[in-house]
Amino acid sequence: MTDDAELVVLMQKGDEEAFAQLVERYHTRLVRLASSVVANRHVAEEVVQDTWLAVLRGIDSFEGRSSPWTWLYRICVNRARTAVGKEHRSWPFDPQELGSDDGPFTADGAWVDRVEPWSDVTERMDADALTVHVKSAIESLPPGQRIVVTLRDVEGRSSGEVCEALSITEGNQRVLLHRARSRIRVMVDHRLRGS
Amino acid sequence: MRLLDRGLVCREAIGLVTEYLEGTLSRRQRRRFESHLDKCPNCSQYLEQIRITIATSGHVEPEALSPEARAELTDLWRRFHDG
Repeated sequence: MTDDAELVVLMQKGDEEAFAQLVERYHTRLVRLASSVVANRHVAEEVVQDTWLAVLRGIDSFEGRSSPWTWLYRICVNRARTAVGKEHRSWPFDPQELGSDDGPFTADGAWVDRVEPWSDVTERMDADALTVHVKSAIESLPPGQRIVVTLRDVEGRSSGEVCEALSITEGNQRVLLHRARSRIRVMVDHRLRGS
Repeated sequence: MRLLDRGLVCREAIGLVTEYLEGTLSRRQRRRFESHLDKCPNCSQYLEQIRITIATSGHVEPEALSPEARAELTDLWRRFHDG
């Protein structure tokens, strides 16, 4: 597979196929990202169309100071932010998203309930079924947590890339990731136990 | 026992899970975290479930690109380069 940086160089030389490959690789991922921000699917698709146009306009001046991935996602994030408008001042996340919901713990800080192993349930289960539970849990997260966990755990990006793409600090990124994983775990746990 | 040497309670250990997995804990914090886990089946189980959650997230696939979107973007490229 041709890497992103090579595709960018080919695009700078006018290679349409290189653009098609970049679109194939990232378009629906960008729509997923934009959808976490703007809620309306149609607007999200417009945001991503707009992102690709900005890529074409900016490709000649792209010098590789950041990775193509970071560059592409930053453009998309900024367009999405513009699309949601000024009423969403707390974007990309509401400070409430940083609040803790680990536990529940007793006053002494011990678990209230035993953490039951998943193995007895998952061993009898199709691996795809677990993926379906995780996917729906991710989709129900608040935007900041959802975006961070999607970029980190679903798309496998590094914390540095994610911080740069979203313009957030390492600390906030880690807290959002922590909350997201913790909530996904709880939701999956409830699903597995049928409650 | 000095206050600094007391073991972690579950709430504190769970609060460190992400930093543990990110590899950003100091050596001392890491030791305290691991020694709590050695003694605590609940927190060990929790960590195991977080690992499963992360691994499973990696299997969530993006949607396939629709033929319409592919055609629109090919068109965008051509208009940009010919127009």
